[in-house]
Amino acid sequence: MANEPYDTVDTDVLVIGAGGAGQRAAIAAAEAGCQVLVVCKSLLGKAHTVMAEGGMAAALANVAGADTWEVHFQDTMKGGKLINNWRMAHIHATEAPERVLELERWGAVFDRTREGYIHQRPFGAHTYPRLAHIGDRTGLEIIRSLQDHLVHMPNIEVHMETTVSSLLTWEGRAVGALAYRRVDGALVVYRAKAVLLATGGAGRIYRVTSNSWECTGDGVALAYHAGAQLQDCEMVQFHPTGMVWPPGVRGILVTEGVRGEGGILRNSRGERFMVNYDPERMDLSSRDVVARAINAEVEAGRGSPHGGAFLDISHKSPEYIRRKLPSMYEQFLKLAKVDITKEPMEVAPTIHYFMGGVRVGAEDGATTVPGLFAAGEVASGLHGANRLGGNSLSDLLVFGKRAGDAAAVFAQDHAGPVKIDRAQVERAIEELLGPLHRPDGESPFALEEELRDVCTEYAPLIRDREGLEKGLERTLELAERAARCSAGGPTGRAFNPGWHTAQDLRNMLVSAEALFRCALERKESRGAHARRDYPDLDPKLEAVNMVAQKSEGGMACFPVEREPIPDELRAIIDKKFPRFELEEGS
Amino acid sequence: MADRTVKLSIFRGDPGGGDMVTYEVPTQEGMVVLDAVLWVQSHRAPDLAVRWNCKAAKCGSCSAEIDGFPRLMCKSPIDEYGDEISVRPMHTFPLIRDLVTDVSWNYEVNKRIQPFTPSEADLADPQPWRMQQEDVDRVIEFRKCIECFLCQDVCHVLRSHGQKDAFFGPRFMIRIASLEMHPKDAADRRPLLRGEAGVGMCNITKCCTEVCPEHIHITDNGIIPMKERMADLYFDPLRFVAGKLMRGRE
Repeated sequence: MANEPYDTVDTDVLVIGAGGAGQRAAIAAAEAGCQVLVVCKSLLGKAHTVMAEGGMAAALANVAGADTWEVHFQDTMKGGKLINNWRMAHIHATEAPERVLELERWGAVFDRTREGYIHQRPFGAHTYPRLAHIGDRTGLEIIRSLQDHLVHMPNIEVHMETTVSSLLTWEGRAVGALAYRRVDGALVVYRAKAVLLATGGAGRIYRVTSNSWECTGDGVALAYHAGAQLQDCEMVQFHPTGMVWPPGVRGILVTEGVRGEGGILRNSRGERFMVNYDPERMDLSSRDVVARAINAEVEAGRGSPHGGAFLDISHKSPEYIRRKLPSMYEQFLKLAKVDITKEPMEVAPTIHYFMGGVRVGAEDGATTVPGLFAAGEVASGLHGANRLGGNSLSDLLVFGKRAGDAAAVFAQDHAGPVKIDRAQVERAIEELLGPLHRPDGESPFALEEELRDVCTEYAPLIRDREGLEKGLERTLELAERAARCSAGGPTGRAFNPGWHTAQDLRNMLVSAEALFRCALERKESRGAHARRDYPDLDPKLEAVNMVAQKSEGGMACFPVEREPIPDELRAIIDKKFPRFELEEGS
Repeated sequence: MADRTVKLSIFRGDPGGGDMVTYEVPTQEGMVVLDAVLWVQSHRAPDLAVRWNCKAAKCGSCSAEIDGFPRLMCKSPIDEYGDEISVRPMHTFPLIRDLVTDVSWNYEVNKRIQPFTPSEADLADPQPWRMQQEDVDRVIEFRKCIECFLCQDVCHVLRSHGQKDAFFGPRFMIRIASLEMHPKDAADRRPLLRGEAGVGMCNITKCCTEVCPEHIHITDNGIIPMKERMADLYFDPLRFVAGKLMRGRE
């Protein structure tokens, strides 16, 4: 395998991933004067961001005049059960409005208020209606607006359908990556002055997920192998409402916008059960609470026929539903033969979002590896133990821009020629091509299925030590088998999904291992992390995040104390804000 | 339904040639054609090339021709078909392998369309913009486009006559329409429409509208108004005479 040919491509900033965060980061770095190269696994504009439905949270105060960054900050911190990086939550709340307005100036179109301003819809655990939206396809609007802005910038180049398999380092600094083009299997070495990860989450390690195939935790694995720290990997969000029936569509997202627009959850007896779990916020409680409530109803024998709950919006007029929730209407009609203007939907929790990921600096998205930055779902900190709906899209823009800016500064400060370690490249190539040279190894598809079963069974909504230990053991065993797997079938490199899946699998295993290790370490129940053996919140653990890092003996996991929150921000969290009363007709 | 098997014939091959290969696939309730194709990939043919992302009809990646009709595989329930189903790649774009085609031409076309361009006054306005919902509603329909390129695949100007050099295709007619009708856009793309975008090439057979998974009225709400805008500028007899007079005066 030595002397495999590869192309070498030079750039200032290499952005890996082209969802909302990657695209926003690329635009920022290009505006700063850098040459930017974006590589993505799919075609441009197909990233998982397009699946975001409900909206983008920003305290624009267009619907509730009382909304301010302080209320948004409080909601985010409370939702995250206070283990958020408070500085990130602060930055996010203050900068989200300008990022939304900026996107509008790049051509994005949002629904309007009667006064002609950007309309904002209510969403779970947001004190005020706060989500800028366009019907229920806000993610598509964001992606398309960024994409059309980006493709006209002369110093941004996009390499579509290109998968990064390893990061390259030189004396501890990130200096590029090894990648392959999916279409023909050709190898590429990217040399860059700064590298930015925007690869999204790892939802595909579970059987039932709202995530697209791309969400295989690539950035987490790339960063981990390059020596970067990971954080809060036990915090995996179950979105309370995924489709449950028929089996072919299980897991597909049902937007929280349905409840934002007035949808009501009921159990098999027709009871509005959220009154027993969160009488104040009811159906619009935070996602961790609603997901556990549905789970509890099912376990108590009050579930819907296919093991979920009913979600009903049919009390609203058909015209209203079709205008505000067009893709939900279409999705249920086509895939489940259910007309949501007439009958309730059947919903159950589905894996949706990873609050954990690569540990980054609040201001600049810098990881613990010099020259390596991260933004969006791959990064960790903003959302703490539970993400609020709508905070992800604003996260992408706020921290995408900041990380892009910082990567540009780093690249400009390190303008000299980039050195590449040839031996490191050779080793990475050998690992990458391995599955094509092992005809008798196991199928990566089968191993991937096994991993999904392991995560689904041993890291469910409610966990315990015994299950988590078993899950970790099985994951480590799968990792050994995966290292010997085969691409299966013919060994051509041109668009060979067996080979591609072998790469994904290697990455997914890192996210799974970090999940089990961090979950074992956090001996309490907090936000998305609920333990049967430690059912209560432990106030002492509010001060720490679980950190995972590569070490001599494999992955090490340990608690790290956060810098204490300044008094003035602490005071905002405890402040009382007036409740929002919906005006007649608005 | 649950125990039914279907015979799925999938095109397997590359630009050098290929054949339809038939696989027996077990089905379950609610299964879509994409599920069946992915079952073949993970159980029978690990190198079966197919593009897909979201499996929820939101990304527009899994376009193919199912029983001869261009559709998203993720939005095509198996139970709408018989016991034998054929799946072929899109015909209009060059084949890469199996069900994957080279759609890069579309991305090149997009770069040739002037992007969103607000007026100087709007750009300089420090206040948040105001727009009315009814003005926004006109472009919302076009902005639903998920770029599956099925309309491009079925458009006979591109498909049968191969005139990619003369017509941008339905996808980019509605892209232009979404910009031209944007309440805050100030650019004039009529010269582009008449020139290299080739709006005149469309003869309104509405095949594109028929295949659109987002139910965008591509022809009626997008292409016809764009034809009218272009005609107003170039073929309006009053304007023609006025133009002559103006030039005479110079």
